Amino acid sequence: MRKLKDNLLKIVIYICSALTVGVLVWIIGYVLYRGVGYITPDFLVGEDGILPMIISTLYMILLSILIAAPIGIFAAIYLVEYAKQGRVVKIIRFATESLAGIPSIIYGLFGMIFFVTFLHFGYSLLAGALTLSIMVLPTIIRTTEESLKAVPEMYREGSLGLGATRLRTIFKLVLPSALSGIVTAIILSIGRIVGETAAVYLTAGMTPQVPESVMESGRTLSVHLYMLASEVTDEHAFGRAFATATVLIVMVLIINLLANMTARRGSAEK
Amino acid sequence: MFEVKNLNLFYGDFQALKEINMHIPKNKITAFIGPSGCGKSTFLKTLNRMNDLIDGCRITGDVRLDGEDIYGSMDVNLLRKRVGMVFQKPNPFPMSIYDNVAYGLRTHGIRKKAKLDEIVEKSLRDASCWDEVKDRLKKSALSLSGGQQQRICIARALAIQPDVLLMDEPTSALDPISTVKIEDLATSLKERYTIVIVTHNMQQAGRISDKTGFFLHGEVVEFGDTQTLFSNPADKRTEDYITGRFG
Repeated sequence: MRKLKDNLLKIVIYICSALTVGVLVWIIGYVLYRGVGYITPDFLVGEDGILPMIISTLYMILLSILIAAPIGIFAAIYLVEYAKQGRVVKIIRFATESLAGIPSIIYGLFGMIFFVTFLHFGYSLLAGALTLSIMVLPTIIRTTEESLKAVPEMYREGSLGLGATRLRTIFKLVLPSALSGIVTAIILSIGRIVGETAAVYLTAGMTPQVPESVMESGRTLSVHLYMLASEVTDEHAFGRAFATATVLIVMVLIINLLANMTARRGSAEK
Repeated sequence: MFEVKNLNLFYGDFQALKEINMHIPKNKITAFIGPSGCGKSTFLKTLNRMNDLIDGCRITGDVRLDGEDIYGSMDVNLLRKRVGMVFQKPNPFPMSIYDNVAYGLRTHGIRKKAKLDEIVEKSLRDASCWDEVKDRLKKSALSLSGGQQQRICIARALAIQPDVLLMDEPTSALDPISTVKIEDLATSLKERYTIVIVTHNMQQAGRISDKTGFFLHGEVVEFGDTQTLFSNPADKRTEDYITGRFG
């Protein structure tokens, strides 16, 4: 009886894992299958190519992470290493968790009203990046917090016991030990930034041009994808949408690989 | 070396140490024994203020290192530089053997490669693990055995040239052979350092220490020469403990 139960459970687990991987492979496979054919030099860098969108997307990732990562990482350091674990910390945690659950369109709305209109940024990459950085902040804080907590307490004791200050202990020992978790936080955030349409569309606009400064509007790949799919202009529109999706997937893949490599090199040097 | 007067320590409402008075002599090994929860480790940690890290920990009384009040104006990081610590579980940092030993040196501002090389080698020799690790200084310290890791930790503590070395049950996680090595090491180090060791192993205290303190329920029941304490204890409770009637 127990054996049967065991086997049954095993089968369920196998099916679930196969399903997860299967769906992923299916989606990516389908996108690539439909899209790869449309990727030509002209599609990428031609007159109506998607180069501006690629550049806007890179801008958006870079800006958002540059804003959100330091704030998020320092906030997590405060929460784990300095703050007295009491009421205030609980409230901050609850707030970040709630922030994580808010639909992105609401961030978009806020960004549009606050950054675009009130602060007169206009539709711009900066307004978009600021909005997105607020959006990914909870992810960065939570994931960094978890990885800081995973650093054994005895490392901190050892370092403090040698007469190192708390600050030095954090920067020389705790952060390097938590690096892979922090990189994960950033990768997750990049995923959300790249995938976001609503919030970007409302704050960074959709001008399909190579932005000359962060105060200009730009169209990210996801927004472009949305436009292509929602305003079908000719029979190749869907093809171009899939091709755009292919580029997007490849881009995310490359960024993740780079981030992982950096993390590994960082921890090897410690 | 250490002069402790009327020391009381509280965790919140719980009093973990009661009216401790003790003189810890220089260049000797002082051992603390007693059953689990008797306060011996807590007391050890008051000597380099590691208890500061615990929320709700409060201390009254007087602890002096060479006449200086360590809970007064003394900088806690300088105190910990003078009073090094080796922990119960070997805790090498996740970095190379060399960087582990150099960690404290860099912390205290030594940057020159030649100087670092010199002190790292000397410390590893003093901790009698130079011959075992000299060919793999760049390898991760986590790849070593438990006993080697503990000696790396001792080398790391010695590198910043402390006056005192606190050892908190340094052999409880180690096998008998590694234990002997650490004990020999402690004995050889006492010429140059004052050593205070907490142990749950009475034989260990008997083998290596000059002075022994017996702790029970947060109090020092008896403190004196190791030989006297073990052969002719003054207090009935000490006698009961060392003859194995409880604990």
